[in-house]
Amino acid sequence: MLIPHPLLGPRDAQEFTYLGDAALIDRPDGLREPEAFHDYLYLRDNPAGVHRELWFHEQGDRSWLVVTRNTVTHEILGAELARDVARGRGRSK
Amino acid sequence: MRYSGLRVFREAMTGHKGWTPAWRDPDPQPSYDVVIVGGGGHGLAAAYYLAKEFGQLRVAVLEKGWIGGGNVGRNTTIIRSNYLLDGNQPFYEFSMKLWEGMEQDFNYNAMVSQRGILNLFHSDAQRDAYTRRGNAMILHGADAELLDREQVRRMYPFLNFDHARFPIKGGLLQRRGGTARHDAVAWGYARGADQRGVDIIQNCQVTGFRIVNGRVTGVETTRGFIGALKVGVAVAGNSSRVMAMAGMRLPIESHVLQAFVSEGLKPVIDGVMTFGAGHFYVSQSDKGGLVFGGDIDGYNSYAQRGNLPVIEDVAEGGMALMPMIGRARLLRTWGGIMDMSMDGSPFIDRTGIDGLYFNGGWCYGGFKATPASGFCFAHLIAKDEPHPTASAYRLDRFRRGAMIDEKGQGAQPNLH
Repeated sequence: MLIPHPLLGPRDAQEFTYLGDAALIDRPDGLREPEAFHDYLYLRDNPAGVHRELWFHEQGDRSWLVVTRNTVTHEILGAELARDVARGRGRSK
Repeated sequence: MRYSGLRVFREAMTGHKGWTPAWRDPDPQPSYDVVIVGGGGHGLAAAYYLAKEFGQLRVAVLEKGWIGGGNVGRNTTIIRSNYLLDGNQPFYEFSMKLWEGMEQDFNYNAMVSQRGILNLFHSDAQRDAYTRRGNAMILHGADAELLDREQVRRMYPFLNFDHARFPIKGGLLQRRGGTARHDAVAWGYARGADQRGVDIIQNCQVTGFRIVNGRVTGVETTRGFIGALKVGVAVAGNSSRVMAMAGMRLPIESHVLQAFVSEGLKPVIDGVMTFGAGHFYVSQSDKGGLVFGGDIDGYNSYAQRGNLPVIEDVAEGGMALMPMIGRARLLRTWGGIMDMSMDGSPFIDRTGIDGLYFNGGWCYGGFKATPASGFCFAHLIAKDEPHPTASAYRLDRFRRGAMIDEKGQGAQPNLH
């Protein structure tokens, strides 16, 4: 699989490590909302089809990407910097 | 019809005209006492034990494709009970005991072969870990032997004992472990269940649950509504998709695991062997093919096929362990979808919906668990309380901090 890195162009997926669902960006406050933190840490939507997920370019520029990929066909539909996604949701970094 | 040597002889004398189909192909009834969703090994075993051990008379198994077409026919056929943790080892040892009596029990040749499984170790630290695991196995009534390097050499002289980075220092041997013919396990349970009145309904996909006032009353399927007092779901890699129809989110990710078979070779490996410094396990089938596998690909997937980098990784493991494998040609590779849980251990539990039960999260260790999983799931459905050996497999264990994490990896499914 080739991941279209927004800064580096197409890169072999082997250069990356996989974390999982991109919803992991939105970490709740575990002390204030323990129930929400349980769901955040342990439960997943796990869809068959389009899935937004976090990949870390460990053997490259060490940036986190949000990759949009089809889990049924393995087709990669796009990739953006996780930083940009987080900022788009109002986070400072 | 009961299978026996005499029967084979009699049929051979009469032109094999007396054989009948091993199970019926019934149309679904309007309702059942228990509906099992998923005609794989675990679902068929659950139906079999529901009928045989727990006296449930009106049971159906619904399968979207054909029985045995999923993971029960896609694994590397290894059976063993060599776990460390209290929540796991009694369950897998129960499963091992069921394997030992299974063929007589359901009168079908599942080719259960207790040829022994040898986990190799390559360092002093790993020897300590395997010593501890072997002791845990013995404490729970299983068998384990720690072999030194020379004992391993007598078993498998061709291994790469003097590998520069991963020299073989010995191994943990469970002689009662081994292999079984995986399709025959599904067929044996299907035939046994069918003979006890279970309807096995193939090409019948569940498209929804009917839930009234927090209680399940049946399932919507591609062959119409089927009423049920109780519904048990055992659908492996599709667990999240099916349970989402009941409004549940699970502590599960679906991942693809590949397996491999070489061309047929003369007998060379008479047991099962695992490499301790990478992820590689191998046995040899009765047809002569080396059956082997390694790690999952590592990203969420519902495609029953993987990618080349993991094939390379598995081949490297094989080459490090037994360099002669480099001369064997690969005949087939395939993939199956694993329901990887957050701690690497499974679930056999009630859900928040009355009458709806869930069995899943087997990661890539579901095959060896088939008999006990079916038995414990049947126990849970029939009695509404967990079987003693499966009492730790609760869906709320993360909330309670009671994870069963053999590898100590935390909530990262692709590392289990």
